[in-house]
Amino acid sequence: MTLLEVTGLTKRYAGLTALDRVSFAVSEAEILGLFGPNGAGKTTCFHCLSGFAVPDGGRVVFDGRDVTGWPPHRLAQAGIARTFQIVRPFRNLTVLDNVLVALGHRRYERLGALLGTWRGREPRRRALGILERVGLAAEADRMAGLLPLGMLKRLEVARALALAPRLLLLDEPFGGLAAEETAALAALVADLRAQGLTVVLVEHQMRVAMALVDRVVVLDHGALIAAGPPDAVRGDARVVEAYLGTDAVARGH
Amino acid sequence: MYVYTVATLLGIYCILTLGLNTITGIAGQISLGHAAFLGIGAYTAAILTVRHAWDFWPALLAAVAVTAAAGALVGAAAIRVREDFLAITTMGVNFVVVAVFLYFPFFGGAFGIGGIPAPSWPGGSLGKPGLFLLVLAGVLLALGVNLWLLRSWVGLALLATREDEDAARAAGVNVRRFKIVAFTVGTALAGLAGSFYAHFLTFISPEDFGFAFSITILCMLVFGGIGTNRGAILGAGVLGVLPELFRPLADYRMLTYGAILLLMMRWAPHGLLGDESALWRALARRRGAP
Repeated sequence: MTLLEVTGLTKRYAGLTALDRVSFAVSEAEILGLFGPNGAGKTTCFHCLSGFAVPDGGRVVFDGRDVTGWPPHRLAQAGIARTFQIVRPFRNLTVLDNVLVALGHRRYERLGALLGTWRGREPRRRALGILERVGLAAEADRMAGLLPLGMLKRLEVARALALAPRLLLLDEPFGGLAAEETAALAALVADLRAQGLTVVLVEHQMRVAMALVDRVVVLDHGALIAAGPPDAVRGDARVVEAYLGTDAVARGH
Repeated sequence: MYVYTVATLLGIYCILTLGLNTITGIAGQISLGHAAFLGIGAYTAAILTVRHAWDFWPALLAAVAVTAAAGALVGAAAIRVREDFLAITTMGVNFVVVAVFLYFPFFGGAFGIGGIPAPSWPGGSLGKPGLFLLVLAGVLLALGVNLWLLRSWVGLALLATREDEDAARAAGVNVRRFKIVAFTVGTALAGLAGSFYAHFLTFISPEDFGFAFSITILCMLVFGGIGTNRGAILGAGVLGVLPELFRPLADYRMLTYGAILLLMMRWAPHGLLGDESALWRALARRRGAP
């Protein structure tokens, strides 16, 4: 079943077409790799899906609902969670409280937000459960600003999971991680997919990413140039060209 | 009686720093125009009681409501601007409000409004001790509002907004709405203080609510420890009482406050009792190891 359907997605920045009529679909419980060289439009696409950019054209349909142009907090409440490539923890809150912010996502729109408390035992128990899944339970009461990068990357995932999402958008989750940290995080992502979560993964570290994804969409200069299973895309002539730049060589630049 | 006068003034400062703490300390939205909201509250209360013969209490409610509405408007403007631009915007709001008080005859011009009646209680007017108790109740109310907020999910959303707006949005926080909430609550408290201030002084004029006073309030908050309610109260208490204890200091008040602000920013950015201040951490350690 299709969970996310992107049709003709277009985004322009001051004359530059960052995304040019890109269409693809993501099925439930699959990991889709969103790949392409620098400046291909991956980040723009990511922003359009998470609400941080409003597309100039095209549609995004999530779970049968047209969510095109929705603001980030509404998408988060609707079940699309994202992580940040450059980690953005709430530095002066504890690791646990970082997760609690996202756990409250259903309450912020209601007057009940004034009545309930986030300092109770029940919210703490649920947040600890999420921290356990990403292996951060031992750090729960530390200030988030004091954690090393590897842990902050996992905190990004924990915060996203606290939204109880159906679709998880991961923006270069493996960047800057040591080998064993990468392996642990990759195992976690595979595990989440096994539990039925759908993932869109933007990643530069091809070796990890290719092993993880079910299907790949490749962008170049804002346009979709290839889509399919990893093995098929790996051999695609246009993909090789986009990454190695043979056209640039041929034109004598 | 002099003691009551000083204590009442300190109480009003406390309500102001607590309100500013909601906006700047908890929600992280810098405001350099808090005195303007004190002024809006004071003028509302003064005009209603002096010219329209309203009773003290309904005028107080009106002062809070009008000020909160003005605060909500500024909060809505704060959606578009961040950090240093917000500082300049709120500063501009302060100058505009003072100019309106000064140039529109409706507000009494440079002479302001005098003859503001003493607050009344069912059964008679309140004396100085009575007014002090009323202001004290106001301080407790302001403290209660902030403690309630911090305990609720709204408070967590405000803290997240302070820490990182984009991350907060990604976590499902409607950052725009919560900025308006913070400004509305914080300025409503300033409106409360404004009503007390008008009835306490019985005479108000535009220069009472200038930019310099906004900086004074911010200075008190930073001195005590921005982000914490104990810091807000301590800062208002200490810096409010200093000019009374050292009369010569009163003439150099702004110089002193400016110097304190600079020194604190350089060597103790968490204030005297902020969560990360040396003093508070030492106290926390002692409590932790009995």
